[in-house]
Amino acid sequence: MDRPTGAVVRTSDLVKTYPAGRTRRGTPGTPPVRASDGVSVTVHRGEIFGLLGPNGAGKSTLVRQLTGLLRPDSGSVHVLGHDLVRHPDRAARLLAYLGQESSALDELTVSLAVETTARLRGLELREARRERDTVIEELELGEIAGRPLKKLSGGQRRLACVATALVGERPLLVLDEPTTGMDPVARRAVWAAVDRRRAERGASVVLVTHNVIEAETVLDRVAVMDRGRVIACDTPGGLKALVGDDVRLDLVWRERAPLEVAEVAALAADAAMSGRRWTLRLTPQAARDAVTAVTGGPAFAALDDFTLATPSLEDVYLALGGRTEGLVKA
Amino acid sequence: MPLLPGASGARPGDGAALPVRKRGAVSTAAARGPAPAVTEPPGVSGPGARAATAPVTGATTAHAPATPAPLAPRARLWPALGAVYRAQLSRARVARIPLLFVATFQSLGIMVLMRGVVDGGAEARAVVAGSSVLVVAFVALNLLAQYFGQLRASGGLDHYATLPVPAAAVVLGAAGAYASFTVPGVVITAVAGSVLFSLPMGGLWVLVAVIPLAGAALAGLGAALGLLAPRAELATLCGQLGMSAALLLGVLPGGRLPEPVQWVRDLLPSTYGVEALARTFEHSPDWGHVLFDLGVCAAVGVVSLAAATWAYRRAAVR
Repeated sequence: MDRPTGAVVRTSDLVKTYPAGRTRRGTPGTPPVRASDGVSVTVHRGEIFGLLGPNGAGKSTLVRQLTGLLRPDSGSVHVLGHDLVRHPDRAARLLAYLGQESSALDELTVSLAVETTARLRGLELREARRERDTVIEELELGEIAGRPLKKLSGGQRRLACVATALVGERPLLVLDEPTTGMDPVARRAVWAAVDRRRAERGASVVLVTHNVIEAETVLDRVAVMDRGRVIACDTPGGLKALVGDDVRLDLVWRERAPLEVAEVAALAADAAMSGRRWTLRLTPQAARDAVTAVTGGPAFAALDDFTLATPSLEDVYLALGGRTEGLVKA
Repeated sequence: MPLLPGASGARPGDGAALPVRKRGAVSTAAARGPAPAVTEPPGVSGPGARAATAPVTGATTAHAPATPAPLAPRARLWPALGAVYRAQLSRARVARIPLLFVATFQSLGIMVLMRGVVDGGAEARAVVAGSSVLVVAFVALNLLAQYFGQLRASGGLDHYATLPVPAAAVVLGAAGAYASFTVPGVVITAVAGSVLFSLPMGGLWVLVAVIPLAGAALAGLGAALGLLAPRAELATLCGQLGMSAALLLGVLPGGRLPEPVQWVRDLLPSTYGVEALARTFEHSPDWGHVLFDLGVCAAVGVVSLAAATWAYRRAAVR
């Protein structure tokens, strides 16, 4: 895929520490949290760049610094050639931001929320209404356009918020977990709309996610974050190459593992066990042998399900020393 | 996830190690039916295919464009103010009970209670004027302080802060809308009070000036309190206290209060709205005084709305 180079976003050595929480009588204060710990990332033009990591990894803190909402303690943020640490007010004229909160829009109807946002993004009334209609059609929001956001389901409300982020053209979209709670149809509509802006207008996208499936399928490059640091940054394929050729074998037993079978007992030593579920990281040959062993004879009778998969970004994350509890695999 | 083309494409030599099926389910992704097709957006190829051509590391080798990209135009003040105002007004359709009726019922209740105690004259004028302006204090001061306090605490201000909209448009639009919410309540209270206490209604046209000016002063104060309070609960508390002060010091005639309390009364912007309205219930109102009182409301309005705009800017970037 050939695309014009040039950095749309460039941060270097961003540091942001949230001060310690105040102590109240009887409860200890919280320690200071270094939410960005020397973050340097570059997003190229026309790229869908992802920030992947569990809750508390520092993803949202980073995007809030990219959007001029949060001033870093040190380091620089350049967006499309503008210094946003010095001129945070320019962010609103360069990018569209979808935050995690919709409370400013909750009591508006979908249609009015989109139109008002378009107006506040500087569009004239007629233009704002035209764009509103286009985006509502594009995201298939027509049926709920007249309903207030707070009367909608979580996924529908999120979709309406995405519509407000897409209305009015911006060369950079910063989307913080845009598809949270959405059904597959809505997700597809969102990714199609985002990709259309990239293909037709050369827009770049910075996307926060903790969904590894989403990260693998829609992102050009991923920065994997943990505890305020970027622990790896590459294409999903490149990241997966980091963990080598090993494949992952998940075994789910019906009631308990048949340890009396010698091959199964041998696998037990290397398995990460979680109840009836075993997870093994094996070479392709060893995985083939293991599959042969568990799909034949007495082991097969005890087996409920199994999955053999090439490495996912979750494996990368684990291999890099991250915590995986917060990652979503759906 | 193993079914995704990207995953297999990245590892061309491992065909034999790729997904093996048992009882129809290969992975959690496949088990959900349409999910794999959906997570693959049209026009975006699998990550594995991309790996070959895209940059291999995230190193900051590319440089920012030599010339900064052009900035999109800002939203202009008046159109943006109009858009915020219209959006805020529409919220009344969703939250109409507290916005329009609670304040009115409260004021009507106070007047009915005071009817048994007060018997015409200056006291009756003070009660009716105080109850009418109380509607403004309830909605513009108390509810607006709560609204901005909650918006700030929940992160809702980010929405406005990432749009190129002047701070004054957001503050004035919201303040204007909240002042507008008070119109029916103030009119109903003033008319009902005039009937209840047999006061002349000829001067009620002055509400055309009292509502926007007292509204500006109190809404500016409410917005500033909401935006400056470190926590949403404190914003609510400040709004409630402000409204209670407007109630006690507005409804009771000023002459009867102890001197220190009178000073506090003079400091409260709602007092001047109350006095302006109370004077117009007299048979020959002193229009010079009315004008002075309204002038104080206007001046406080300008100052408090400027303070609220400053507070908004401060709250928007943390």
